[in-house]
Amino acid sequence: MPRLEDALRRLPGILSAEVSLGQGEVRVEYVPSLADLALVRRTIEAESGYRTTSAPTELSPDAEREAHAHEYRTLFNRFLFAAIIAIPVLLSSYPQFVPVLRDLPRGTLRLIWFVDALLTLPVLLYSGQRFFVGAWRALEHRAADMNTLIAVGTGAAWIYSVAAISVPRIFPPGTEEPFFDVVAVVIALVLLGQALELRARGRTSEAIKKLIGLQPRTARVIREGREQDIPVEEMLVGDLVLVRPGEKVPVDGIVADGASAVDQSMLTGEPIPVEKHPGDEVIGATINTTGAFRFRATKVGKDTALAQIVRMVQQAQASKAPIQRIADVVSGYFVPAMLIVAVLTFVAWFDFGPQPRLVYALVTAVSVLVIACPCALGLATPISLMVGVGKAAEFGVLIRNGAALQAARDVDTVVLDKTGTITIGKPVLTNVVATGAHDENGVLRLAAAVEKGSEHPLGAAIVQGARERELSIPSAENFVALPGRGVEARVEGRRVALGNRAMLDERQLAPGELEAVATRLADEGKTPMYVVVDERVTGLVAVADAVKPDSVAAIRGLKTLGVQVVMITGDNRRTADAIGHAVGIDRVLAEVLPAEKALQVRRLQAEGRKVAMVGDGINDAPALAQADVGMAIGTGTDVAIEASDITLITGSLRGVVTAIEISRATMHNITQNLFGSFIYNTLGVPIAAGMLYPFVGLLLSPMIAGAAMAASSVTVVTNANRLRGWKPRDVR
Amino acid sequence: MGSAEIVVTVGGLVLCSVIAWFFWFAPKEATRAAALGEVQEVDVVVKGGYTPDVIVVQHSKPVRLNFLRQETSACSETVILGDFGKSAFLPPGQIVSIEFTPEKPGEYDFHCQMNMLRGKLVVE
Repeated sequence: MPRLEDALRRLPGILSAEVSLGQGEVRVEYVPSLADLALVRRTIEAESGYRTTSAPTELSPDAEREAHAHEYRTLFNRFLFAAIIAIPVLLSSYPQFVPVLRDLPRGTLRLIWFVDALLTLPVLLYSGQRFFVGAWRALEHRAADMNTLIAVGTGAAWIYSVAAISVPRIFPPGTEEPFFDVVAVVIALVLLGQALELRARGRTSEAIKKLIGLQPRTARVIREGREQDIPVEEMLVGDLVLVRPGEKVPVDGIVADGASAVDQSMLTGEPIPVEKHPGDEVIGATINTTGAFRFRATKVGKDTALAQIVRMVQQAQASKAPIQRIADVVSGYFVPAMLIVAVLTFVAWFDFGPQPRLVYALVTAVSVLVIACPCALGLATPISLMVGVGKAAEFGVLIRNGAALQAARDVDTVVLDKTGTITIGKPVLTNVVATGAHDENGVLRLAAAVEKGSEHPLGAAIVQGARERELSIPSAENFVALPGRGVEARVEGRRVALGNRAMLDERQLAPGELEAVATRLADEGKTPMYVVVDERVTGLVAVADAVKPDSVAAIRGLKTLGVQVVMITGDNRRTADAIGHAVGIDRVLAEVLPAEKALQVRRLQAEGRKVAMVGDGINDAPALAQADVGMAIGTGTDVAIEASDITLITGSLRGVVTAIEISRATMHNITQNLFGSFIYNTLGVPIAAGMLYPFVGLLLSPMIAGAAMAASSVTVVTNANRLRGWKPRDVR
Repeated sequence: MGSAEIVVTVGGLVLCSVIAWFFWFAPKEATRAAALGEVQEVDVVVKGGYTPDVIVVQHSKPVRLNFLRQETSACSETVILGDFGKSAFLPPGQIVSIEFTPEKPGEYDFHCQMNMLRGKLVVE
């Protein structure tokens, strides 16, 4: 769209403009003090025909709340009107039970019935207007819905009743009594049901509203040396942002200076504030505690973690669980089928029923129309999915769609990648042992000096360990890497080597008493390295990739769920077994090359297992894709990890437990709802049709049918709302 | 069986056939999306159903559906395009646009939350 780009470039303060149609984006570089963003918006809309939207989402929680409040008032007023009219109409329909009416002559009763006819007319036209209008509009689309059923049912009852009291002669004896009570009561009940359902439904989207509400509106940005408050929509990547104590972090970024602890619980569910120092990542919408810091914005607008989370949750809520397919098929044919069932019911009762058969035929047909509830069936899955996916997001578990949720319920095996999943993924110094003339610090000082020149992550751990002990690390010269064995360099005039057992053997040095220590450390899953000074073994240092603090608890939690836990790693068998043992994993797949992980997952699947693979989303992408459920451990602000079905924002393994638990709870809820609404319809409709009448004489009044119908959809929504109170079993 | 029974039976069966034909078998008309500039844009009125309810678009070109809900009934408040991972809340009387690019030809459903109101997007 070169025309749009040209038009944008001509605007004041715009440096460049580039349109990317595929992504639906325009990238505009501008001078903040000169450009008018409102003008940019208008220009885009005028020139391209595209509409611009505000990040992170178009959905305004207020709009929904307002619409619901308004609709609720309308429904409730109409219900009230119908209910008030229903009382006298109901009384006059059963004169035999009402003291004064009982003794009235038939002629007077007929007059009262005419009053009923007039009274129920506004019930139909005002309270029941939506059913008739809705039914007509559906009819125009060659469709039929709940409105059709209620409109046909109450309409037929009213017309029959008017005919019965106007020209009683044409009706067989005993059939000339009206059903105005049915009209008023059914309409009142269905409206009440809709009002209650609406109220309950407003609560189902609470989670997403909470997420959207987290977005801060303004940010304090330092531009050209001046602090200024600007709307977050106008923030740019690279902006330097000031965050004071107690303030919200406006967007994602990297801490530039200052330090503080940041409360990230609203996004990750992690209750303890996280320390942030220069170089650390901060996430928008999290809350700074007591320190102050400045950070450089790295993600703004629709790219922030929060915007991605909102988008993912909304998409998942709109998706379908495979289990819903059956409900979809049924609800597609449901209403017309019920119309046909009602007609057949009428014919059957008219042909074979007892006298007065016309009354029986009409009452049963109307009951069938009124009791059949497509709403419960249609709502059963999506409403639970909506609550469940939202609830999961509250605990830092992002479920991509309904299919992922359903698959996660069935998982019986969880494969955990070791590095970065069970462990922190960054080796640290764990032990220093000295012999002979050296002390621990002396050994570590020399080891760190040699490793300073090395690029190996184990070396970095040793250097870091020495720094933490505040040792001055001397400089080294003549650095040599000994492949597969270790490293060597000259430090302070001495030849210092650092390496494994093979290095000692090569130099024909005996480890002496250190051998036992080294073996013990290796059995603990650590990597020991001997320190050799001037061809004498003087000590050893050990590094290990520490297990995340809550990995053990999470693995125990998985076992409680009845899930087999498998660890997969490239480590050698000994280290792998040691770590597996330490965290409580029995089945360890060691010495697996990165490229083979997907194959291992497939092998487990071949054993008939439903496998969830938990990994980092980048190196493990093929294995995540191969698994029945791929769970990616979140890495800060990277939320929408492509290969994953479920993203765990916290980075903690507890998320895996939460994901499986919430999936099971949600699917259980969906099954209850589906089962309930299927049972309701498959039992309710035949009973309303009078199938039990020949056997036990049971017949439903259309009013009972109306109450049942209203209750059914309210029940489904209420049941789904029970999920809102869900909490992970193992909550800290 | 008297004449009344015969009339009711035959009438009932005819009515059943009419219902089945009307809702299931009669052909529906499709509305072709207007191709506007680089975007294929269609206005959809939501009022007891979607008008138009069959929308034909071309693949690999951006589509914009502008939904206008002209009723307050909560049934139609959410429109869902599951295949494209899109859904939107439709405040009454406000145009809400959903934009996406269908990559593969085929037939895709859009519907309300309860799956009562349905429309079809045909991608050619």
